Amino acid sequence: MAAITREEVAHLARLSRLAVTEEELDRFAGQLDVILQSVARVGEVAADDIPPTSHSVPLTNVYRDDVPVPCLTQEEALSGAPDAFEGRFRVPRILDEED
Amino acid sequence: MSDLTKMSAAQLAKAIAGKEASAVEVAQAHLDRIDAVDERVHAFLHVDREGALAAAAAVDAGEVTGPLAGVPVAVKDVIATKGVPTTAASKILEGWRPPYDATIVERLRAAGTVMLGKTNMDEFAMGSSTEYSAYGATNNPWDLGRIPGGSGGGSAAAIAAYEAPLAIGTDTGGSIRQPGAVTGTVGAKPTYGGTSRYGLIAFSSSLDTPGPCARNVEDAALLHAAIAGHDWRDSTSIPQPVPDVVGAARLGATGDLSGVKLGVVKEFAGDGSEPGVLSAFHESLEALVKLGAEIVEVSCPHFQYALPAYYLIAPSEASSNLARFDGVRYGLRVGDDGNRSLEEVMSLTREAGFGPEVKRRIILGTYALSSGYYDAYYGQAQKVRTLITRDFEAAFERVDVLVSPTTPFVAFPFGSRTSDPYQMYLADLFTIPTNLYGGPAISVPCGLSEGLPVGFQVMAPTLADDRMYRVAAALESSVGTLTPPAL
Repeated sequence: MAAITREEVAHLARLSRLAVTEEELDRFAGQLDVILQSVARVGEVAADDIPPTSHSVPLTNVYRDDVPVPCLTQEEALSGAPDAFEGRFRVPRILDEED
Repeated sequence: MSDLTKMSAAQLAKAIAGKEASAVEVAQAHLDRIDAVDERVHAFLHVDREGALAAAAAVDAGEVTGPLAGVPVAVKDVIATKGVPTTAASKILEGWRPPYDATIVERLRAAGTVMLGKTNMDEFAMGSSTEYSAYGATNNPWDLGRIPGGSGGGSAAAIAAYEAPLAIGTDTGGSIRQPGAVTGTVGAKPTYGGTSRYGLIAFSSSLDTPGPCARNVEDAALLHAAIAGHDWRDSTSIPQPVPDVVGAARLGATGDLSGVKLGVVKEFAGDGSEPGVLSAFHESLEALVKLGAEIVEVSCPHFQYALPAYYLIAPSEASSNLARFDGVRYGLRVGDDGNRSLEEVMSLTREAGFGPEVKRRIILGTYALSSGYYDAYYGQAQKVRTLITRDFEAAFERVDVLVSPTTPFVAFPFGSRTSDPYQMYLADLFTIPTNLYGGPAISVPCGLSEGLPVGFQVMAPTLADDRMYRVAAALESSVGTLTPPAL
């Protein structure tokens, strides 16, 4: 049985904001199925009582003194923007016309 | 090729400090070498001639000092360099010039190094061959029809081809060590948190580790020492002193390993490796025994699950990290015709800007993190990560370091592992456990198989980076360094 279907891949691509093509959907579904069946082997390990590791460094709540340091200027921060307007990032419309 | 390009970083630093060579001469010799060979090797995505010569002139004028003053270095293109194009080998960042430097770039400058340019890689450091670079693959200087490893194939190839004596890489699942192995160079992954990630374009934040690439162990240690240490701008940076890696490399070079216990991981000894790789590995073990080391077989039963766990954890983190490429603040924007919504423009931008392996991993990571699958995939992978860490800790109670081949196969021909992505993932079979554990590991050349380099991996306990340098330098003192055929 396939671990992942073409429809699921299409849904995940939408969630990931990837406007994938039909051809990519066919290809990715097959490839991701192979990958998922391989990585699903983690399920063979009995680990119910094992705590998860999210991070290898045992540091929690890292604080530092609140010392002001120079930061990017507005011009520098906008230097890579695809589109800027009056010192701000300009974006396409976020709301529909009827909203 | 001029002699300056054949010299080690340590030799160059000494010659420049002693005024036997000027930093400008050294920089020019390497730029000339890049002009002569990089059309065939394609190690560089961007060469910063003016910046390199200006930095070298500042060294010659006495304005810049430091332990590596005047020594050229190449930097992987996933690391932000102020004003110098930084793309992570992706179309989505084509032409981006960062407004700031990564911490390790600042430290390279403080050490006096001269940055030659930015090196090629798999897009966003996802791959083991550079075939996933959006700007074309890098060719292995040993055989231009074969891969240089990945993701940091450009950094490894640049030093193997004498285009630079030193390079910076990043290692998430083996991206410094596996390219080092297949190009006959040295590549070291420091302890996670030992080198700052500030200014490194994030792939998998709990695993990404910048580190040195060089043609010999001492040079790698010198570069390691130059970039390592606590950084307040990276909250996962370890607030502890850096081990004396340079001293350890020099100690190892004396060729005495009396009393050092090397653990051979039983689970890595057999299947999966090419016969030529295994025989070079076993000959190296014999060489190390002659230097006084003791070999102990150890079992790390969960290492076999490292690759599956990694390919759940890394894509999950990547799917989150790469959300920042939304066509708003930097990089590409596609389809903004005044009518389309932000969401449509974002989806078209990401579709056009990301390559196939990046898309696969984003989709895979999104899947592994979805409700309903989270416990079975991402959550379970994190538990397996704990068990792998326990395997390492148990092993290090019995031995000083663990050893294995760096990668199961020598440099493979282009195109031989791209049709089935999982076949590509197998290149990192032996390097990935260390990333999940967080400890340091190094790959050092140990011989040839079918005329191609084989790497020997030394894995050490967390924060014992010096130990791996000692063992690697000792092996190097016995088997020597490798020189590729003339290009």
